[in-house]
Amino acid sequence: MYLLTFIVKRLLWLVPSVFGIIVITFVISHVIPADPVRLAAGDTATPEQVAALREELGFDRPLVVQLWYYVQNLVQGDLGESLFTGRPVVEDLLGRLPATIELTLVAMIFSIVVGIPLGVVSALRRNSLLDHVVRIVTVSGLAIASFWLGIMLQLAFAMHFDWLPLGGRFDGFPPPTVTGFLLIDTLIDGDWEGFGNAFSHLLLPALTLAFPALATIVRFTRAGVLDVIQSPYVLHERAMGFPPSVIVWKYVLRNALVATVTQIGLLFGILLAGAVVIEAVFDWPGLGYYAVNSIVMSDYNAVLGFTVWAGVIYMLVNLAVDVVLVLIDPRRSAA
Amino acid sequence: MSGFARILRKIAEDRVALIGLVLIVLLVLVALFAPLLATHPEDVWEIHPELRLLPPSAEHLFGTDRMGGDIYSRILFGARLTIVIGVVAVGASLLIGVPIGLLAAFYANWFGDLLMRISDVFLAVPQVILAIAIAQTLGPSLPNVILALSLTYWPWFTRLVYAETKRLQNEVFIEATEALGASPWRLIVLHILPNISSAIIVRISLGMGFTILTAAALGFLGLGAQPPVPEWGRMVAESREFLPMAWWYALAPGLAIFLVVMGFNLLGDGLRDVLDPRLRKSPGRRAAAAVRRGS
Repeated sequence: MYLLTFIVKRLLWLVPSVFGIIVITFVISHVIPADPVRLAAGDTATPEQVAALREELGFDRPLVVQLWYYVQNLVQGDLGESLFTGRPVVEDLLGRLPATIELTLVAMIFSIVVGIPLGVVSALRRNSLLDHVVRIVTVSGLAIASFWLGIMLQLAFAMHFDWLPLGGRFDGFPPPTVTGFLLIDTLIDGDWEGFGNAFSHLLLPALTLAFPALATIVRFTRAGVLDVIQSPYVLHERAMGFPPSVIVWKYVLRNALVATVTQIGLLFGILLAGAVVIEAVFDWPGLGYYAVNSIVMSDYNAVLGFTVWAGVIYMLVNLAVDVVLVLIDPRRSAA
Repeated sequence: MSGFARILRKIAEDRVALIGLVLIVLLVLVALFAPLLATHPEDVWEIHPELRLLPPSAEHLFGTDRMGGDIYSRILFGARLTIVIGVVAVGASLLIGVPIGLLAAFYANWFGDLLMRISDVFLAVPQVILAIAIAQTLGPSLPNVILALSLTYWPWFTRLVYAETKRLQNEVFIEATEALGASPWRLIVLHILPNISSAIIVRISLGMGFTILTAAALGFLGLGAQPPVPEWGRMVAESREFLPMAWWYALAPGLAIFLVVMGFNLLGDGLRDVLDPRLRKSPGRRAAAAVRRGS
């Protein structure tokens, strides 16, 4: 019950936050020096045609009025039409969402599955060779430019060795869409070759995307374990003769992971932002690729729609993280 | 000054922080003496079509680019840009973020709440995305990239200053000073700021790393300085159409970004250990070893 009020309270906070995001992006994207209407109208348009289009798109009205209409439409789930594809932005975004989610999820799962054990072992064997190697990798993960890492991986594995494809999501015709995730759709289709095809395309971008996330998870898990392992209850358990593996993987980890789980929420932001650049490097047909293209073409509605979406998804993930945190550590719900 | 000397000595004792400091000192020296160190300083502007895409050699240490420019010399001059981007963007975020954080902490009413809510909204959108949106709308140029980075980074200072000030306000010595009738100004300048400066310094160092990395990403997407300005992220982007043949073209600027960001991150981490007594080297080592041995 307590959890329910907590969730409801947090959900209510979403409303002003989303409104804030809209205002910020709206104000920013409407002080553009480039004239999107002229771009949309094309080079051959006469001044009269441009003026007509401006009126039709509503760009001649005051900013506040435009904002009001935008919010009104948004509440009904309408983000306007892309000035370039001519399709509703919501449709464009929805169509590209699965590709980005698949990429982000695989990267996230990889960094959690590899990162947490690595962090624990690194903390238990503090200052060993393994710990030093892990720390070097961790520090590098946060310092390396992801676009550069992606290009280097392409250079090695796609160009030099020719083991993996250079970019894209699938060769040939994709399987019939059920979930939109190619890894799952190929399996549903029973198409093992297709699964391998999708997987080989996913590997490099997912690894590139996962690297900084992995570094963060290892870092916080290591710090968390080091912190918890000194506490009196661990001493008590040791005195009681519990096997070390039970102490570490059952009791220490649960408390040590609080910091890590908080980070996972923030990480999602890193991943989402990283996806923008990495999708551009690997021609991955997701939200980020769409956003970069819309930015290049000054496509207002598309950029705005993407930013609002990214903000909302990010906030929802962080809400979910907070709920998980309360489940791990019930003392938190009091705060 | 003795405090500064003390910090320097402690950094020298911490191997990790020392590596960071060395990397940054190198960056500054390279930027200052770029005209002297560069083998082809004129290549920042000049083009030599007959020398394009040469592999590394004694004459061109890191090879040449698509215009025949010496990549080594261009990277040295790029170091200047990198420093300018980092210093101006972090400096501006500091000037915006710190006063807002202090105001929010001192006005514990709707006004303080509003300020913190606004900074939360900025943090609610992943920063790179917001920076891209801003840099794009303002038009691709270096000053606009710096502006975009400043507009997105300030909330980190606000949050930090707010949290640290709130923590201090509960301390007895602050309460006592307040009770003695000190003005808020006196309180902030003489008591709050000196006590939160370590945390701010650590954040500045990490912020430099983050801003330089983000600026490189914006440059890579074509939103930053326009050619022939030797911006590192832009250079990586230019190299793409000549891969895999001209591998050196992509390698050198990426490594430069990596080393500089690494330097700031390591220094920031080291400074945190040195400056923040609460996080000073913990006695966890023995406990960890004991659990592992099962003793």
